[in-house]
Amino acid sequence: MPKITFIDHNGTARAVEGEIGATVMETAIRHGVPGIDAECGGACACATCHVYVDDAWREAAGAPSSMEEDMLDFAFDVRPNSRLSCQIRVKAELDGLVVTTPERQA
Amino acid sequence: MFETVEPVNGTEAITTDALIIGAGPVGLFAVFELGLLDIRCHLIDILPKVGGQCAELYPEKPIYDIPGFPVVTGQGLVDNLMKQIEPFHPTFHLGEMVEGVETLGTPDAPLFKVTTDAGKVFMTKTVLIAAGGGSFQPKRPPVPTIEDYEGKSVFYAVRRMEDFRDRSILIVGGGDSALDWTLNLQPIAKRVTLMHRRDEFRAAPHSVEQMRMLVAEGKMDLVLGQVTGLEAEAGALSAAVCRANDNSVFKVACDRMLPFFGLTMKLGPIAEWGLNLAENLIPVDTEKFETSMPGIFAVGDINTYPGKLKLILSGFHEGALAAQKVHRYVYPEKKLLFQYTTSSSSLQKKLGVNA
Repeated sequence: MPKITFIDHNGTARAVEGEIGATVMETAIRHGVPGIDAECGGACACATCHVYVDDAWREAAGAPSSMEEDMLDFAFDVRPNSRLSCQIRVKAELDGLVVTTPERQA
Repeated sequence: MFETVEPVNGTEAITTDALIIGAGPVGLFAVFELGLLDIRCHLIDILPKVGGQCAELYPEKPIYDIPGFPVVTGQGLVDNLMKQIEPFHPTFHLGEMVEGVETLGTPDAPLFKVTTDAGKVFMTKTVLIAAGGGSFQPKRPPVPTIEDYEGKSVFYAVRRMEDFRDRSILIVGGGDSALDWTLNLQPIAKRVTLMHRRDEFRAAPHSVEQMRMLVAEGKMDLVLGQVTGLEAEAGALSAAVCRANDNSVFKVACDRMLPFFGLTMKLGPIAEWGLNLAENLIPVDTEKFETSMPGIFAVGDINTYPGKLKLILSGFHEGALAAQKVHRYVYPEKKLLFQYTTSSSSLQKKLGVNA
């Protein structure tokens, strides 16, 4: 199963096993990874599962859709590598993915 | 039922048997269950439309766990519920928030005076709180010290345009609210600056076009970036500290700021009603779904009890059971007969269908 590493804003890294087909947000919630709120439950209707994708993984993770970009407008401290983790699906090519959670969710 | 309408502070009170707070799916279906028991309802919702989260957050998203519907969208469910409750003619008060609840009756014969932020007054025998995740309220952008400026120089809505005349206004956001207020305030402001994190806007293309025209004519400014801090002079907002997308830092001089960062759900004034609360949820019993205050019920996502699941279908069940107890308060002298809509001619009459 693909390994996903979540680094919080203090630099603490947590590596967990992701299930192919699940989202990166779901992976975090299932493993109790802090720093991801996911208020809307994954409907791309809030901006509380915001993560920064490690530069090495930006291409593999892909760019946000226009709907996701719209939602990112509501996030805090948005950067070029910002994504909503409920919109990133775990797949074999993302084995090793590293994301950082922001200081706070919106 | 009481017929007297007493004026309260010059406003005529609306009398009703049941007042439902929240017009989401659970509040809407409660109208049906109460209606079958001859209980008339008024509903209040802070949103300008019915449907709650179903309509606001995921109108187009499929829901797969509504019994009898293998798949239905949020809006589709709301539309069906509206059709289902049509025979009971509920009255909707949209775009209003309940501010206060005063207990006038006794535990055996409850009566409440409920007031809204629009100045409406209700006299109701029972209250059903079906407020879901709470009321949708403007989201506060996470800018340090912003609380200190709220209501003085930082506003999340425009109540009176005059308050913004001759001001240097910074409007933040890229949706319809941000663009609409940019266009409305630009003629009366000293200067309007619109800030958004990217050069694409969610707002209606027509508004965006108008805004770009004003920028081209030099009548306002459009700046790309994000607000990271606020600066004050003599206690009043003087500038916003901002970061551009290339990480350079700059300031925008302003004495008014209007951030539009969407909506979030907050329990709001319900927290002040004197109800027992548990982590921003309202504990209820599972027989009547009544709160710690007799006559006030809580159904749907806002309540909690052992085994609670935040599912729409659970909220439907809760409304049906709560209605039984509401009937006891509204018609204390009447015996409640359990009936099926399939076979009861009296229920079918209420629904306006032929037996």
